[in-house]
Amino acid sequence: MSLTAIGLGLIIIGAGYGISRLAGSALESMARQPEISSKIQTAMIIAAALIEGVALFAIVVALMKG
Amino acid sequence: MRHIKQILLLIAIFFSLSTTYASDEHASESEEVFDPLVMIDHHIADSHEWHVISFTKSNGEEVHISMPLPVIVFYNGHLNIFMSSAFHHGEKVVKKGDDYFKLYHEKIYVTDEAGTIHYDEDHNVLNEKPWDFSITKNVGSMFLSAVLLLLLFIGAARRYGSEPKAPKGLQSFLEPLILFVRDDIGIAQIGKEKYERYMPYLLTVFFFIWINNLIGLVPFFPGGSNLTGNISVTMFLAIVTFLITNINGTKSYWGHIFWMPGVPVPIRILLSGIEFIGILTKPFALMIRLMANITAGHIIILSLFSLIFVMKSVAIAPVSILMSLMMFMLELLVAALQAYIFTLLSALFIGMAVHEEEH
Amino acid sequence: MGLLTPDPGLVFWTAITFGILVILLRKFAWKPILHALRTREETIEFSLAAAAKAKAEIEDLNVEKEKILIAAKDERDSLIKEARELKQNIVDDARNKAQEEADKIIVSARQQIEREKSDAIQEMKRQVAELSVNIAGKLLEQELESTDKQKAIIERYLQEVNFN
Repeated sequence: MSLTAIGLGLIIIGAGYGISRLAGSALESMARQPEISSKIQTAMIIAAALIEGVALFAIVVALMKG
Repeated sequence: MRHIKQILLLIAIFFSLSTTYASDEHASESEEVFDPLVMIDHHIADSHEWHVISFTKSNGEEVHISMPLPVIVFYNGHLNIFMSSAFHHGEKVVKKGDDYFKLYHEKIYVTDEAGTIHYDEDHNVLNEKPWDFSITKNVGSMFLSAVLLLLLFIGAARRYGSEPKAPKGLQSFLEPLILFVRDDIGIAQIGKEKYERYMPYLLTVFFFIWINNLIGLVPFFPGGSNLTGNISVTMFLAIVTFLITNINGTKSYWGHIFWMPGVPVPIRILLSGIEFIGILTKPFALMIRLMANITAGHIIILSLFSLIFVMKSVAIAPVSILMSLMMFMLELLVAALQAYIFTLLSALFIGMAVHEEEH
Repeated sequence: MGLLTPDPGLVFWTAITFGILVILLRKFAWKPILHALRTREETIEFSLAAAAKAKAEIEDLNVEKEKILIAAKDERDSLIKEARELKQNIVDDARNKAQEEADKIIVSARQQIEREKSDAIQEMKRQVAELSVNIAGKLLEQELESTDKQKAIIERYLQEVNFN
């Protein structure tokens, strides 16, 4: 149980780091090129959804264990 | 204005169906330790009765008012329909024909006359379960959302005559939302040629998820149900997206999955396996994402409120309430955001599937 | 685990509700709304195009008007100029003619005077001759008696006659 919990925590940290990097870069490029910000936003949401997918697996495992 | 009256009438009908019962708990027993996990579990799970309000009388008697809901169970080739009040909150066994049904932890089990529940060593119930098609709290909440959606959008649609006019009232609130779904989700992800075919689904799913997320955030009857945080609902919606995506998949879509052009043959075989799993993980992620986000929101808000009772202190209340208020604000954003993301990703998957090869 | 177990009953009711919702909303809401929105967009686009066209036409008309105005001004100016010239011509002509006429009249008057004068001189000469003849006659009558006297008289008379 405790090992699983640590693993889940690591997954969440990884996903959080990934999404924060993604959002930071996306905001930077949006500031640099505001004219294509809508395209960047869509791409950001899609990439965020993919990263979130990993975190969701952690949630699934957590809910199954719980 | 007329619509508001209709909604109020609807709510009044719900209330008139409610029954009042006094619980057996008395002042001495209500001193028991408050367990937030039980309260939260009870809240996010489905229920066979719709809890309206609870209060404690001056003599210490707790009064729960809830609305009984119809139970529809199918077992042994018989369809049995009765009101959930017949269970007396799990205390009584209901006899229908030769079968006995008992409500145990909000699930209906087939039992013997005495209502015995058998467990295995992990405390899992071994009793047989009938097919349960009951109108539960979630189903009722979904019906309410469907009625609201029909009233809102058919009402708005009636304002559009044959002559183009400037929008007003409800219409001017809903129109930008519809345009947003059409332009930023439909046209942007699927393309100008093919988007029209998928608009009814995208619009319905967007507003269905959104309104149910919002109803779930209403902290009193008839809100507060955790419908979009229930895996059955998100699973159905994800399956619909999965079906639409794969039924409408073009040759190039399937080509890219099973025989990726422009890569060596061994990698093609490897990739086809990965891509095939990808077909399934995409809707799976859709299903889990919505359910986890909404359930997590409910859990966090309820946990923050539970702080007051866990700490048994009024002093913590302002902090708790402030934090819950902030979470409510965040959840209002999440309600719209998750509806948007579900619709956007559905549109993206459909757009990838119907995309025609240009070269 | 309970959270991840789908409930067949709820799936069933979701399918029914969502299916009915899609069908009803598609027929009574999405189709009319999307249709109306498209019609409105097309109308707005068409109206904007028509407005732009009308504006361009007005612009054209203004340019045309400006052109016509300038042309009219030019024409007016040239007309005025012409009229002025014409007037000058007429006045000049009239003056010249008058001058000519006056000159003619003067010339003819001078000729007349000249003629009259010579006529008068002619007449005088004639009369002088006649007078002379008469005097001669009278003298002849008188002096035929005395030759001396006759000679004296002729002398006197001839002295008296002054040819001016």
